[in-house]
Formats: sequence, C-alpha cells, structure tokens
Amino acid sequence: MARVGLRHLTVTIAGASALVGLTYLLDPFRNYQLATAAAYLCATAGLTLLIGLNGQVSLGHGALMATGAYTVALLPSGMLLLSVAAAVLVATLAGAVVGVAAARLRGPYLAGVTLAVTMVVPAVTTMADAVFHGDQGLSVAAPPAPLWVAPERWQAWQAIAAAAVTLFVLANLLRSRFGREWRAVRDDEVAAQLAGIPVARTQVLAFVVSAACAGLGGAMFAVLAQSVSPSTFSLTLSLYLLLAVVVGGLGSLAGAAWGALLLVLLPDAIHSVTDGLPLGPDLAQRLTGNLPLAVFGLTLVLVVLAVPGGLQGLLVRAVRRLR
Amino acid sequence: MERPPSPEPSGPRAGLVLRSVTVRFGGLLALDEVSLHVAPGAVVGVIGPNGAGKTTVFNVICGFVRPAAGWLGLDGAPLTARPHQLAGLGIARTLQGVGLFEGLTVLENVMAGATVSARTPFAAAALALPGSEREERRLRAEALARLDELGVAAHADRMPGTLPYPVRKRVALARALAANPRLLLLDEPAGGLGPEDVAELADLIRGLTCSVMLVEHHMDLVMAVCDELVVLDFGRVIATGTPDAVRDDPVVAEAYLGAEVTA
Repeated sequence: MARVGLRHLTVTIAGASALVGLTYLLDPFRNYQLATAAAYLCATAGLTLLIGLNGQVSLGHGALMATGAYTVALLPSGMLLLSVAAAVLVATLAGAVVGVAAARLRGPYLAGVTLAVTMVVPAVTTMADAVFHGDQGLSVAAPPAPLWVAPERWQAWQAIAAAAVTLFVLANLLRSRFGREWRAVRDDEVAAQLAGIPVARTQVLAFVVSAACAGLGGAMFAVLAQSVSPSTFSLTLSLYLLLAVVVGGLGSLAGAAWGALLLVLLPDAIHSVTDGLPLGPDLAQRLTGNLPLAVFGLTLVLVVLAVPGGLQGLLVRAVRRLR
Repeated sequence: MERPPSPEPSGPRAGLVLRSVTVRFGGLLALDEVSLHVAPGAVVGVIGPNGAGKTTVFNVICGFVRPAAGWLGLDGAPLTARPHQLAGLGIARTLQGVGLFEGLTVLENVMAGATVSARTPFAAAALALPGSEREERRLRAEALARLDELGVAAHADRMPGTLPYPVRKRVALARALAANPRLLLLDEPAGGLGPEDVAELADLIRGLTCSVMLVEHHMDLVMAVCDELVVLDFGRVIATGTPDAVRDDPVVAEAYLGAEVTA
C-alpha cells in the first residue's frame, strides 16, 4: 500500500480505536446509539457519494438497506462475517439493477423511480409472506458477544468496524480516478463523454458502490436490532438518509458522519423535549413519530438556504477563520 | 438508425474522411451530402454563416448525431464510435464556450481528459494499492506538463470558475490534448478571446503535431492556421481549397465573406 492509502488506513484505524475506547466510557444505551450511528454512517457515506459526487438522487436507499438486512436475517446466523458479506453482495446486485435504470434517468424522474423502489419493500415482504413474514418481520440470531465484553459494547465494535471499512474504501475511491470520473460526469456529461468517460457505466458504478454501502448499513441494522421488519425500512428511512447527507454536508464523508450522528441524536433530543412538556398521552404519541421528521425537514430547508455546505461546510469555514 | 458499415467507395485513405454525409433533424436538412477529408497533420477549417451546419459536422463525427446517409471513416476504417469511445480512437474535441468540469480543479480537469490512459482497476483503487497511486502520480505529472506547455501550470490547483476566460479556454485545450489525440476538433477556439490571445492561439495550433479540424468565425485565425478550408452554407459544401483560393472564390464571397473580401 502506498502513501495515500497508508494515510487513509492510519486515520481509519486511529478513528476506530478512539471510538472503541469511547465505548468503555458510555453506558449501554449510549453504546447502542453509537452502534446505530455507525450503521447509519455506512449508508450515509455511500449516499453522499452518489448524490454529492455523482449528482444522482436516490430516495431508494432505505430499500437497499432492507435487502442487506433481510439477507442477514434469512441466512444461517453462525458465520456473521459471511452473511454480512452476502448482504453486501445482494445489495450490490439490487443496486446494479436500480442503477442501470437510474443511469437513463435524470432529476425528478430518477427521484420518482428510486421512490418507487422504496415503496416496493413492504409490498414484497407482504406478498412473499412465507419467506419474509410480512409486517411481523424476521428475527436475527447474531452470534453472542464474547464473555469478556458487554453485549452493547460488542455490537458497537461490530458497527464501528463496518463503518471503518466503508470509510476506508470510499476515501480511497474518491482519491482515485473513479472519484474524479464520478465528479466529471456530475459536472458535465457531454464534456465527460468527450474526455473518454463512459457516462452511463460511471453512473451505474457509483450507484452500485453506494448500494453496497447501504447493504452493509442494513446488515448492521439487522445485527443491532436482532430483528428485521419492513417498518424499519419505510420511506421515512430513505428521507432521513437524504436529509442526513444534505444537512451533514453533501459530498463529504465527514459530513456523512455528522448526518449519521444527527439521525441518532436528534430524535433522542426531541424526545427529551417533548417528555418535559405537559402533553396528553395521545398527542405525545402522535408527536413521537412525526416531530423528528418535521424538525429534520425544517432543518433541511434552512440548511439549503443558509449553509449549502451543511454542518461540515460550517465547520471548515469556522476552522479557517480561527487560523 | 443503424447503417451497415460499408467499405469506403474509393479505397482507404489516411485521416478523417466524410463521404456524402447527410443529417436530418425532422424535416430540416442539417447536412446535405457533405464530403471532406482531413489528412494526417493537416489543419482544416470549417467556416460558414451561422446555422450552416458547422457544429453538426462535429456532432456527426463525434457520434452525438447519427447520419441519415453517407460514410464516415478514420484511417480507412468506418467511424461509428459512440462519443465516449472517440478519445480511445485518438479524436479529442473542445466545446463551444469552455465546458470545463466546474467542480474539479484545473489539474483534475486535465487528468480527466487522460481517462483513456487510466487503467487502474476498481479493486486496486478501492484498496489504494501502490499501482493505483503510481498511475495517479503519472497522470498528475502528465497533466502538469500539458498545463505547462500551454502556459497555465500556475493555475493547476485553482477551480476553473475563479479564472479569467482566456485561461479557462487554455485549460479546456489542455484537457483535450491530454488524451494525446491524432485528430483534434476545435469548436470556436477563438470565441471570446482578444487579439493577443488569438495570435497566441494561432501559434499554438500551428505548433501541434496532430491533425486539427476547426470550426471558427474568427477569419484572421482561420486564414493564419488552416491548410485547407471547407465552406458550408445551408448544410452544403459550397467550396473547398486553400485559404487564398477560398477567399478569391466568388461563390464564397457571395454566400459568406461578402463585404470583407471586397473591402
């Protein structure tokens, strides 16, 4: 491995080690949140590549996560690493199919088709009831944690490892000719063709890579929750992922991390606010599901209007000013 | 529309050949049996009034437009490439305006132009294997050399949008040359440039070793650099010949040059 790869590897290992250290400071609930954020990060990192660097929108990444999660749930649970690899493979194949269609579509049409993909998930799980057990879903019996580590900590480690692998590979790709070709196609398709870049193939590749990341994130979701059901992978999830990458800072892996963290912390923060308010149980119940989405939607509008670079853009600007 | 690749009527000829190429947009006859030849090393100018079909000639060569009839060939072989395959065949093209990738640095733009020579496999790039980085270093060095040849290496790390127009035009030219083309298609290279820049551009074009085909309104440039001119009017070739011959051709004078010649 050469210089850039070595640097990416060092940063990844250092970051992952720091997070593993952090798991010793957090209580089980916070560890579970950390694990969830790491699982989200796999998906948001892939999505920010697709949208931010290749210019393709997807409202279907929730569904791609579902393919990964269901693959883990359906395979025998003995060899977790193998079933996670299979989950990535299945999501990759699904991504190739959607990606081929996506490469022919632009803007709102692309959003429409990927939205349709998301709507297919509950339909498929209900129709093939015998396999997917409909709304009820499947349970996942992940191998238990070793005796010397608390289960939540162990789960966090697994998710951190998945996120680390994702970020390492994506960082390498973005620094390579593939990252350059993705961005070239995003900026000007005609000029890209004349530069010898096969536009459709490049777009499909971006979609496939992005889908693989989503599949890994979905697989980690299944492992963390020990269960899989269609409600986890609803349209809301796809929207959340989209919001997260935009609010975090489109096209930046660090931004994807901020977005993933926000996806975990924001609903939690809203929870604690609404808990403090004198609301009837009925109203509180209704707010629980919808308020985070509303707040996120509002944040999205504000971010797009005020700070197009997202949280990461703000941070970079702040650091520059300090220097 | 798919045409069976037919052998060239009068035997293979080196360089780019268009034989009776016809292009229709609906009812509009954009090109009407256009024939022309760009010999290896030659500089051929395509001129004509607005809407004469000059850019359509480029688009049909590049595969953006399919001909309704006629034959295109490169070095004797039929030319039916899709746009992204052209660079591999040794044909590069600049666009009207600049057409740079605005989200890539100047250096990255030129590196993207050398995509045909980038061979790093996906897995090697994903794992940042040494071969991948060696190749990136090679592309970077070559791109810098290109920028240096065109006198804009100082701007390598800038974003195109922050640069003056003439500099951006040069970067676009550097990107096209990055593919080491045998044939360079220049679409209005002098557009938006001042007299000094045009003079430098003329020197630059004359210094190129590859064949050049250029569509241009700027007559000083055309007359200065072209070995041969093809004059289009309403999609038809109304004259071909050396710049001097074309300038003295009364048909051309009437269709296009008009007052410029008589003055």
